[in-house]
Amino acid sequence: METADRKENFGYRLWRYDGAPGELIPLLQSAQDYFGYIPRRAINYISGVTGIPESEIFGVITFYSQFRLQPMGKYMIRACAGTACHVSGSKMIIETIQDELGIEVNGTTEDGLFTLLTVACIGCCSLAPVVMINDETHGQLTPASLRKLLRKYKRREAAATA
Amino acid sequence: MKKVIVGMGTCGLSAGAQQTYDRLNELLQARPGTFELTSTGCIGMCYQEPLVEIREGGRRIIYRKVTADLVDGVIKKHILDDTPTPEHIALTINAAGELQGPESDFHRLQQRIVLRHCGTLDPESIDEYVTAGGYQAVRRALLEMRPEEIIAVIKESGLRGRGGAGFPTGLKWSFAAQNKGDRKYVVCNADEGDPGAFMDRSVLEGDPHAVLEGMIICAKAIGADFGYIYCRAEYPLAIKRLNIAIQAARDKGYLGRNILDSGFDFDIKIKQGAGAFVCGEETALFASIEGQRGMPRIRPPFPAEKGLWQKPTNNNNVETYANVPWIILNGAEAYAAFGTEKSKGTKVFALAGKVAHGGLAEVPMGTTINDLVFKIGGGIKEGKKFKAVQMGGPSGGCIPAELGETPVDFESIPATGAIMGSGGMVVLDETTCMVEMARFFLEFTQNESCGKCTFCRIGTLRMLEILTRITRGEGEENDIEKLAELGEKIKENSLCGLGQTAPNPVLSTIRYYRKEYEAHIFDNSCPAGSCSALVDFHIDAQKCTGCTLCAKNCPVDAISGEAKKVHVIDNSLCVKCGKCVTSCNFDAVYKR
Ligand SMILES: Cc1cc2nc3c(=O)[nH]c(=O)nc-3n(C[C@H](O)[C@H](O)[C@H](O)COP(=O)(O)O)c2cc1C
Repeated sequence: METADRKENFGYRLWRYDGAPGELIPLLQSAQDYFGYIPRRAINYISGVTGIPESEIFGVITFYSQFRLQPMGKYMIRACAGTACHVSGSKMIIETIQDELGIEVNGTTEDGLFTLLTVACIGCCSLAPVVMINDETHGQLTPASLRKLLRKYKRREAAATA
Repeated sequence: MKKVIVGMGTCGLSAGAQQTYDRLNELLQARPGTFELTSTGCIGMCYQEPLVEIREGGRRIIYRKVTADLVDGVIKKHILDDTPTPEHIALTINAAGELQGPESDFHRLQQRIVLRHCGTLDPESIDEYVTAGGYQAVRRALLEMRPEEIIAVIKESGLRGRGGAGFPTGLKWSFAAQNKGDRKYVVCNADEGDPGAFMDRSVLEGDPHAVLEGMIICAKAIGADFGYIYCRAEYPLAIKRLNIAIQAARDKGYLGRNILDSGFDFDIKIKQGAGAFVCGEETALFASIEGQRGMPRIRPPFPAEKGLWQKPTNNNNVETYANVPWIILNGAEAYAAFGTEKSKGTKVFALAGKVAHGGLAEVPMGTTINDLVFKIGGGIKEGKKFKAVQMGGPSGGCIPAELGETPVDFESIPATGAIMGSGGMVVLDETTCMVEMARFFLEFTQNESCGKCTFCRIGTLRMLEILTRITRGEGEENDIEKLAELGEKIKENSLCGLGQTAPNPVLSTIRYYRKEYEAHIFDNSCPAGSCSALVDFHIDAQKCTGCTLCAKNCPVDAISGEAKKVHVIDNSLCVKCGKCVTSCNFDAVYKR
């Protein structure tokens, strides 16, 4: 809930857990914020503290699309697949990302830089089609402008590591 | 002194409002005391963001598309030299409330009750809210009204739930009030899962206190002492502003123990969703708050009897609650004066898709679709032809342009086969294929089905397979009949609204656009020119630079041309994979 300071809170939250019901999802959310995904050991900790069987925790994790069991790339690309984006050509946009980066939806590039996800609606429908890269929103994209954008990120990374 | 207000809802921020604000702040630092700088939520004109308003002596001048660069010229000139630049002004509202400027039409037909503060108040300032009459409704409800009186006012106002089903709100509250329990809960559904809908987000971002007020009044009416707001995690800004609002309300004594010395206790906690559409269904939402997989429950028992943690619970949508303080303050009659006989008040719509002016508009119930699309929405983008609107998202349906005079209310819209839904209105033009539209929604619901009911889990998959086949030009003779039959069975045999409505987009497009389905199946053609497998790809000679990339990417060598010369696609070889479109750096490949 405390979006901003949740990052350092996973351990604290576990420690603070007082048996109040309904805390499993917030615990998983803070684990994901802390680790970037939900690692095996986090499930283990949560199960130990709350007494909820690991199998049940897995059931909850796999039910909700927010939770991830694998680490994510440095840049999380969230391509909007909402209605407005769909009628404005989001399918081509998603295919362009797949093609440019050589990954499928939910996949991560080998260098660990990019993860491609689709989301139901980002909510800036008047900018459709829209893609979010980490916290930045890019709107009114075409396959060509999107390629330029992705290459800009790639170049920036190459420059940083060189 | 001039007050400069930057629109900083999600739509504004994604268009660059933060940079605009920062630049204005630099200007203010350089010349302290020359103006006052604040921010506000979405005023609705998303297509003109970032918006900057300059307010002075009751007059409001709103500039459009104010990127950071425009601050130094246009805005600076207005603030410091009092010289406005008319070309950049979207709208002027004078002290008498009269509208002027190119965007007047967007506002003229609107009646803002739910959005009364969106785009005018700073959502992070409780003081501004209180100055504008905020928390007066809570004061009246807690200090001067008995629970039955509150419920009577809400009943008389005719307010119906804005979450989709349109259940009378006063009646719902009276059920929860009647049921006894050692604890009762008030829940606010802020899951807003329909793709193409962003009304609730704008209200939460632009006027969070109005929702809190509505919940406090409801709590008093039903006798609850605790409330939850279930907000989708994709709305970080809404969650942030809600947190600020809740804390401020606690500090001022509008939440917590013994509110306003009335002896009444109530507090609110936010629960973040975790990405599951079905959790918008209220019983699934309760399961999710309880920390389980969000699966709907069988009812009865209804939430008013056994809801969250098995206690009597009242759940309403964000917009429903946001109406409540206005009704308490202005009276049931004033509210019921808006709207039609059976649908009172106003409704917020999110206009999106092929409409020229995409954004948020609040109109009296009974406004026609044509008025929304043409008068407020400014017609169709790029001068194309209006084909249909899609209402109600994945549970709704398409209403063709011929029925554009249909008034939007809880009776007329369902009569067309669509539903009111929560207020997403996606406008479609002649290039939108209706079969593809139906396939898109079914893919969504199939994906989001929780899996509990067989028909919803497997039936939707079968329908999706058939639709996918049709859009690929592999349709079979009795596919339409199969779709209709499966659709009816899924509706009959599903527990919750997700399955009961999932076939709607398909059934409604079959009803109005059967010919389009038949063209795909029997003539191998897509009349809208949209389904890749059924159209030809061409290269625009004006745009092609002869870079050869498309030819290199073509898996079947269907593209020929020399370097630096215009390339051509041989459609007899083409397998319609679309690689040329996505690989072109100049957007030169098009479908027809
Ligand atoms: C699959 C499904 C998704 C739903 N999603 C939402 C939603 O996102 N927001 C909402 O307010 N209601 C949603 N509802 C409706 C709720 O179950 C419930 O009827 C509503 O929140 C009641 O509030 P109201 O009386 O104020 O309309 C959904 C229903 C179903 C079946």
